[in-house]
Amino acid sequence: MAETNKADMLTRIEAAFPGKVLERHAEHGDTTVVLDRGDAGVVLAALKAHPDFDFAMLTDLTGVDFFGREPRFEVVYHLYSLRHNHRLRVKVRLTEDAAELPSAAGVWKAADWLEREVWDMFGIRFTGHPDLRRILMYEEFRGHPLRKDYPVNKRQPLVEERDPLSRPWQKA
Amino acid sequence: MPEAAQRSEPASPLPVEQDPTAETMSLQMGPSHPATHGTIKFTLTLDGETIRNCDVEIGYLHRGFEKMCEQRTWNHCVPYTDRLNYASPLINNVAFALTAERLLDIEVPERCRYVRVIMSEISRITDHLTCLGMAATEAGAISVGFYLMESRETLYDLVCAVTGARLTVSYARVGGVTQDLPRDFAAQVAAAFTDLRRILADCDALLSRNRIFIERMSGVGAIARDDAVSYGLTGPLLRATGIPYDVRKAQPYSGYDRFAFDVPTGSQGDNYDRFSVRFEEVGQSMRIIEQALADLPDGPVRVDDPRITLPDKKDVYGNIEGLMNHFKLVIEGVKIPRGEAFHSVEGANGELGFYLVSDGSGRPYRVRVRPPCFFGMAALGDMLRGHVVSDIITTFGMVNMIGGECDR
Repeated sequence: MAETNKADMLTRIEAAFPGKVLERHAEHGDTTVVLDRGDAGVVLAALKAHPDFDFAMLTDLTGVDFFGREPRFEVVYHLYSLRHNHRLRVKVRLTEDAAELPSAAGVWKAADWLEREVWDMFGIRFTGHPDLRRILMYEEFRGHPLRKDYPVNKRQPLVEERDPLSRPWQKA
Repeated sequence: MPEAAQRSEPASPLPVEQDPTAETMSLQMGPSHPATHGTIKFTLTLDGETIRNCDVEIGYLHRGFEKMCEQRTWNHCVPYTDRLNYASPLINNVAFALTAERLLDIEVPERCRYVRVIMSEISRITDHLTCLGMAATEAGAISVGFYLMESRETLYDLVCAVTGARLTVSYARVGGVTQDLPRDFAAQVAAAFTDLRRILADCDALLSRNRIFIERMSGVGAIARDDAVSYGLTGPLLRATGIPYDVRKAQPYSGYDRFAFDVPTGSQGDNYDRFSVRFEEVGQSMRIIEQALADLPDGPVRVDDPRITLPDKKDVYGNIEGLMNHFKLVIEGVKIPRGEAFHSVEGANGELGFYLVSDGSGRPYRVRVRPPCFFGMAALGDMLRGHVVSDIITTFGMVNMIGGECDR
């Protein structure tokens, strides 16, 4: 996609969602918009539904911990449109004491596991997620390893052997 | 396959929890199971032999790839990327280097781009041969497995001739590749491909009209087109549903737009189509490699910039500037300007993306991989619902989970 189209897409997004885009840039060939936490759920769903953008695929969803900076976390969505062959990066900034976002699992099925991973690695909660439990680490693990204040060489105690069919994440 | 379609019908349309007639059984399969090549746990809810629900648990091979990368310099991350999808390490190397180069806003020399394409495509073939060979073996066609493994070995010899290793290649660097191709490489490739074509023809003859194989694969593990897109499936899994999305065509990188190749697609989105798409892609990759070798340009395989690439050994040992340059690059790493970039390539299993954040020091601030098979594993539970236990093996084989990449 040519550079003019990218700038054009940013303008169109701003026009379609007036006042919602806090920041935008198109560095290193990636168009990026920053949204407010409160708007994220609605705008993401609209970006998928809007025929001009048609972001049918959630390519990636991850977090970044800017420890020592406020707001501390960034949740980064990478969207792709099969029809228009364009990409968009959507970022939402979260403070440490309100590390929570509405889940996009109802918009893209891929968000289900991706949000579980962000929860697991960064401790960012997704409200309305059908089954928010750890995915790469085990349930007894303490802390969130990709946070910058999680020491890289920290060891955790071995866990008790559990009944293979029990599901410790399901509270009775 | 009418029989297959009938068999895959769920016993009752109700969800298993609300179905009063369901007499279900819970069964744990894995994490270490002889029929799944990967450490993975399925918690199955079975109604007889029919899968009513399948909870997939991953993470057994998690070793903190993303955290480890934050502790090392940019080029130190390359050996870690070898261990993501270890069936096609060269593609991971190249994807990481391309993303870092995007942050630096540099282009590698023409010859380097060609070399990267050639090596990536060899890797794609080895990955497909592993996947197809294992899948055929698990479905009972063990000769196909032996043939394809034998053929993969001749390709590993090529990889070894270039990089010095079969699997842990660490071939790409930010700004280039470690070394040029050997002088007689084109001849070696031609000999290996003659062999590979003969073996593929044999395997095709063994499978394409084999009733057992077709009934094990056809109509099994299918996923609808919309669901595939919603789950973020890419690569052979998405193309099997008929969507011709291939990053090499949609957003060409490394000069893929110069080569003539087709994007094979299926129509049913089932295991048979996934198998066929991969089988066809092997041939397309050979086409790309032959074109790239035919017009391989001369020139360097690294960018000529002392801030990015290591100096020649004669300078390191011969003068103080070279020695200091080498020292700074090895100890402090390439200084990549502050910023963020996402770049994806067509990996063997689908879209392999890297999202890198740099804070301007010599080490990455954040390295995120978009592992293609993670998305396939997320969809696996839905693919298996209504099928029988033995279908897990073929479907899991076609999703082609590579633990190193899925669990990172």
